[in-house]
Amino acid sequence: MGEAIVVTSGKGGVGKTTTSANIGTVLALQGKKVCLVDTDIGLRNLDVVMGLENRIIYDLVDVAHGRCKLNQALVKDKRFECLSMLPAAQTTDKMAVNPSEMKKMVDELKADFDYIIIDCPAGIERGFRNAVAGADHAIVVTTPEISSVRDADRIIGLLEQEKQITPPRLIINRIRQHMLKKGEMLEIDEIMNILAIDLLGIVLDDDGVISSSNKGEPVVLNPSSKASQAYRNIGRRILGETVPLMAIEEKNGFLHRFKSLLGMR
Amino acid sequence: MSANHPLVTMKGRKDGLVLVMDDSCAYHDLLHELKEKLTVNANLYKNGPVISVKVQAGNRYLSESQRDELKKMIHAFDYLKVDEIQSNVMTFEEFSKKKTQEKIVPIARIIRSGQTLSVEGDLLLIGDVNPGGIVSATGNIYIFGALRGIALAGSGSDGKHAVICASVMSPTQLKIGQVISRAESGPVEEMNENQKLECAYLDESVGKIVIDRMHSVLKKHDFSFALEKM
Repeated sequence: MGEAIVVTSGKGGVGKTTTSANIGTVLALQGKKVCLVDTDIGLRNLDVVMGLENRIIYDLVDVAHGRCKLNQALVKDKRFECLSMLPAAQTTDKMAVNPSEMKKMVDELKADFDYIIIDCPAGIERGFRNAVAGADHAIVVTTPEISSVRDADRIIGLLEQEKQITPPRLIINRIRQHMLKKGEMLEIDEIMNILAIDLLGIVLDDDGVISSSNKGEPVVLNPSSKASQAYRNIGRRILGETVPLMAIEEKNGFLHRFKSLLGMR
Repeated sequence: MSANHPLVTMKGRKDGLVLVMDDSCAYHDLLHELKEKLTVNANLYKNGPVISVKVQAGNRYLSESQRDELKKMIHAFDYLKVDEIQSNVMTFEEFSKKKTQEKIVPIARIIRSGQTLSVEGDLLLIGDVNPGGIVSATGNIYIFGALRGIALAGSGSDGKHAVICASVMSPTQLKIGQVISRAESGPVEEMNENQKLECAYLDESVGKIVIDRMHSVLKKHDFSFALEKM
């Protein structure tokens, strides 16, 4: 029986889809059977980021309405045998599916996959409720901006009301080192003080994310990039390993490196 | 019957007049005698200053309209002013209302953006109120944590005496009774290490909400009123 993890944020444009694609890919790299589910009906992106757009024949709405079998709608990844994707429909909107239909689909997927990564649309309406309906765990993505942290806070409040979901974990995305140094960005400690949930990982802002997205290749496939390392660490943490947080500063003191070695933050 | 023992006994005290009322007679007999006594004695006090009156009803239950009636009768004499009406009896509803208003409701959680927590009585919150979150109480609000959202205290009667306390006080808005105050500019700087528990109260002399350290509030403000309820 697999686990379903919803990736959500409230605010749009903070990197939910990129995070979903990369977490899915990194778990597949570790040999897990993974299914990515795009619930952003009407504004689907996950297929583009994964470079699988041209393989879509049926979609999530077709499955929900019984126009095809779940297996027929699953798109196999071109790089990994163990990675699949259930695409969203592009021609209709969020109201085309209801939470109980979603839950049924996710439950069915859980029988065949180790991990189901659900990419949630922005907002707190029907799309959000669809996405969380079948989830067991939740990952909240935020950026070091006040508006994004505010929305993350709201989403965490809503996730806490969903009794079947374990306490959500946080990914802080798009951290810009130079702005952090100048004190122009919210600090990680400050964000953690407000949101008060477990930190799953931090991802530095990386131009490589955009260029690889445009190519339809998740950035984790390029092991040299900073963001790629961050997503690999996040993947390992999801699998239950203890991985120290990546250092944000370029130059580290001896003590800090020593602490990192010991797994202390 | 009134020949045997008086239904209304008037006692003069330093701080005013006390009317002790018999609690086993009929209510209208009581009214009748009260009027008589006050009229008879009217000349005694007529030219003096205003005298405050305490009514002791004993074990008689007085409804709201009966209280008003008594007050009206006494206030008919210009030099008398009712200070309070005491009765040993209250209805179950009145009691339970009073009880909910005076109890402390302890809650341990984070009030996040978009969430509202409102309680009858005093709120004791262990946790933060994040920006966009609202806490409200008919009485006082005590927050062991950071107040970054909105706090509305004293929404009940006598609300202007309510206080709002927080370990870290950086609210977006405060409201005590009917008075609202808001943060002067954008987000307030986070606390430094040695920040003390801070407290907001309504300074009636200027009609504004003032935020001060707990110990200086204790000196200035009748804080015991708030703590009594605990």
